[in-house]
Amino acid sequence: MIANFGFGALVITFLVSLYGAAAAFYGARKNSPAWIESARSAMLLTFPLLTLVALTLIYLLVSASYEVEYVASVTSNSMPFYLRVTALWGGQAGSLIFWSWTMSAFASAVTLRNWERDREFLPWVILVSLVTLAFFLLMSILVENPFERIWQISTGSIVVSMFQPAGSVLVFPSDGNGLNPLLRHPGMIIHPPMLYLGFVSFVIPYAFAIAALVTGRTDDRWIRITRRWTLVAWLFLSLGLVLGGRWAYDVLGWGGYWGWDPVEIAAFMPWLTGTAFLHSVVIQEKRNMLKHWNMVLIILTYDLVIFGTFLTRSGVLSSVHAFAQSAIGPLFFSFISLTFVISLALLGRRWGELKANVQMTSLFSREALFLVNNLLFIGILVVCFWGVIFPILSEALGFIGSAIPALADTFTGQKVTFGPPYYERATAPLFAGLLFLMGVAPLAAWRHSTAKTLGRAVWKPGLASLLVPVLAYLLDVRHWAALLAFWLCGFVIFVTLYEFWRAARARQRSQGESLGLALWNLAGRNRRRYGGYIIHLGVVLMALGIIGIEMFQTETQGTLARGGELTLGRYTVVYNDLAVFDLLDEGRNVARSVVNVYQDGQYVGDLYPRRDYYYESQQPMTIPGVRSTLEDDLYVLLVDWQPISTQGATFKVYHNPLVNWLWLGGIVFILGTLVAAWPDPEEPLPAPARLPAVEAGVQS
Amino acid sequence: MEKALEPRPASGSRAKFIVGGLIIMAAIVYLIVSASRSSAQYFYTVEELVTKGAAGRDARVSGAVIGDSIQYDSQTLTLRFTVADVPADNAEIEALGGLAFVLHQAVTDPDRARMEVVYNGVQPDLLRDEAQAIMTGQMGDDGVFYADELLLKCPTKYEEAVPNQVEGGG
Repeated sequence: MIANFGFGALVITFLVSLYGAAAAFYGARKNSPAWIESARSAMLLTFPLLTLVALTLIYLLVSASYEVEYVASVTSNSMPFYLRVTALWGGQAGSLIFWSWTMSAFASAVTLRNWERDREFLPWVILVSLVTLAFFLLMSILVENPFERIWQISTGSIVVSMFQPAGSVLVFPSDGNGLNPLLRHPGMIIHPPMLYLGFVSFVIPYAFAIAALVTGRTDDRWIRITRRWTLVAWLFLSLGLVLGGRWAYDVLGWGGYWGWDPVEIAAFMPWLTGTAFLHSVVIQEKRNMLKHWNMVLIILTYDLVIFGTFLTRSGVLSSVHAFAQSAIGPLFFSFISLTFVISLALLGRRWGELKANVQMTSLFSREALFLVNNLLFIGILVVCFWGVIFPILSEALGFIGSAIPALADTFTGQKVTFGPPYYERATAPLFAGLLFLMGVAPLAAWRHSTAKTLGRAVWKPGLASLLVPVLAYLLDVRHWAALLAFWLCGFVIFVTLYEFWRAARARQRSQGESLGLALWNLAGRNRRRYGGYIIHLGVVLMALGIIGIEMFQTETQGTLARGGELTLGRYTVVYNDLAVFDLLDEGRNVARSVVNVYQDGQYVGDLYPRRDYYYESQQPMTIPGVRSTLEDDLYVLLVDWQPISTQGATFKVYHNPLVNWLWLGGIVFILGTLVAAWPDPEEPLPAPARLPAVEAGVQS
Repeated sequence: MEKALEPRPASGSRAKFIVGGLIIMAAIVYLIVSASRSSAQYFYTVEELVTKGAAGRDARVSGAVIGDSIQYDSQTLTLRFTVADVPADNAEIEALGGLAFVLHQAVTDPDRARMEVVYNGVQPDLLRDEAQAIMTGQMGDDGVFYADELLLKCPTKYEEAVPNQVEGGG
């Protein structure tokens, strides 16, 4: 049986991971290159093995083997080939396999790098990777096995199990449940793998951090090795978050992109610590400070990644993402607590060695501003974490409320939750602070910087940026928060462009290059810095989009007869036609309306808001008609229609100013990350004193 | 790499960093406390809301949707439906036989506490019989729950669907 084959490969991979982890540990302890080499082989073996597991599962999905419960739950006859393949991550069991598979690919890629200079790290990096991998494989084997089949036992009832229960027959359903229609969207096809790739690649810098702590080689070598990994992890995670937003905007039909859903927050939290980490490692590299802090950040990121994987798939929290319920919670929490405690214990052991030999002197130095940036990121993390965890605490700690009346409002003993307003109110000032720092920090000098020198650098772009709120005011923006937000955006843009211009001009003068060439060389020479600035520009553009939709979104709704119209701002929407038809080969019924859109009385085009009804899952899906321009989106939803006459139809119309800048900013952001992460030629090797022994280690 | 050796700064300089850090932390704590006071939503069960009300608080409640009760007025985009009481706790739901089963029981049991819900907006795609509705809003004096937010969850039910589709054994 093919399912048995897949399960067998899964179990073997688990055993190989355990062996590899043990061999790495033993090899490191006994200082035995042979054992370490054996561990490395085990690491490398997990990838082809897991490829086999994943391909087996994909084969089962594609061949419609509905006797396999996972296949029946995420695919159906009406699904096209590509959706069947991507159903690999359509449910929890498959997602975990996908997680392990990419984890193994990344860890294998790392073990293939040139280790000559970092021989002592190798066994520990393998150990951490394999222990993490083994945990996820164990989860797949024990709790979330995608190869379990459906059996009918002699009493007639149905059981799901890996192996045939006595006296039972295999059940072959003729069709499966199918992927939730909400997930049948191109964004949904790449959004989960991007998030997962981001999650998985953060394991690598963590593995190096632990290796550094165990071996006591606590200089910044581990950071230099993993710099690019961290950026790549961050790139995938950012991409995953942006794609998720885009999917929500396109599919969920509420004209929003982010709902502070617990699952969104779960993916956002490692991004926050990861971003703080990306900034604070620069301080360690440049100033040899914040070493403890960087360790704490990467440990937090790792455990938040595991936490995020758990939350996104476990269904413990009610959210749009909760498509599955599962029993993997206790196992996940044990693993998270265990790795967290062990990591902190290791950090505690090296605490003294990590002490910085220099200290910050000026509140206005760049390192101090980076530190503030870190505090703000952690602040947002605390807001998010509190929001997710408080409901549990408030209920469990009710006795505090009953004992101390002053706290009775906080600890009620009753289950509490926070909606989006909590997150918006608590994080908005922190995000504003981050934008402000984004403008100021690039102009601050390292080490000695005073309010005066900083002021001298800031005033020019600061003054120029005041044009932005003035312009906004003239365009009838009156809300103080919006004016402030626009000013912050303008400030960062001016500072960043000013930085580019200043440096390019200097280069132009000294090297005699043209301005364009100077810019190009500038970015090429110091990719991380200028890539970072491009990322900042991307963030500001995204902020513009967010300000637009959050502060200036307007909406209207109404039921129209044919030819009737709805007006919203400068737009008029005229209901023109509605057709209801079956697309049987795709298993859905489609109600598609045609509306004509007028802007300031001028006809500008048609939109086709529609509603698909999926027969097998008995679920409708609302697909908006959207007219996108750089200025705004007109977002029209078909809410309802008269079934018989198709004469009257109800529409909901949103006007979302500036929202496209959110997506454009996302693209700029990704480009900037690519610039920053683009590989450099390998750094020259230091004096080759230790090389011969190392060479022997690799050969044996 | 070169180690920049600088004299340790005077303690006054250290103090200003500590004060600066404390100010930022205090601001973060203030933001969290003020935001959580003003926007906490309290979980209730349908039964609690029907019998005791919510004391004017923002309430969050989960219930099983009774399909026959769904009425949608597309003129005003007013959605009305009735939900039946289900346990609030996930573990309890699991212990009772899973979400699908609990929802089915709640809908078919006429003795369960029931509550009418009014929601203004677009009818959600997942709203149907035996779906779990998670609502946020206020309990009106008229005994009707006015929801500002409506989330829905449908359990997968392959266990029930499979026997009808069996073609043959193997």
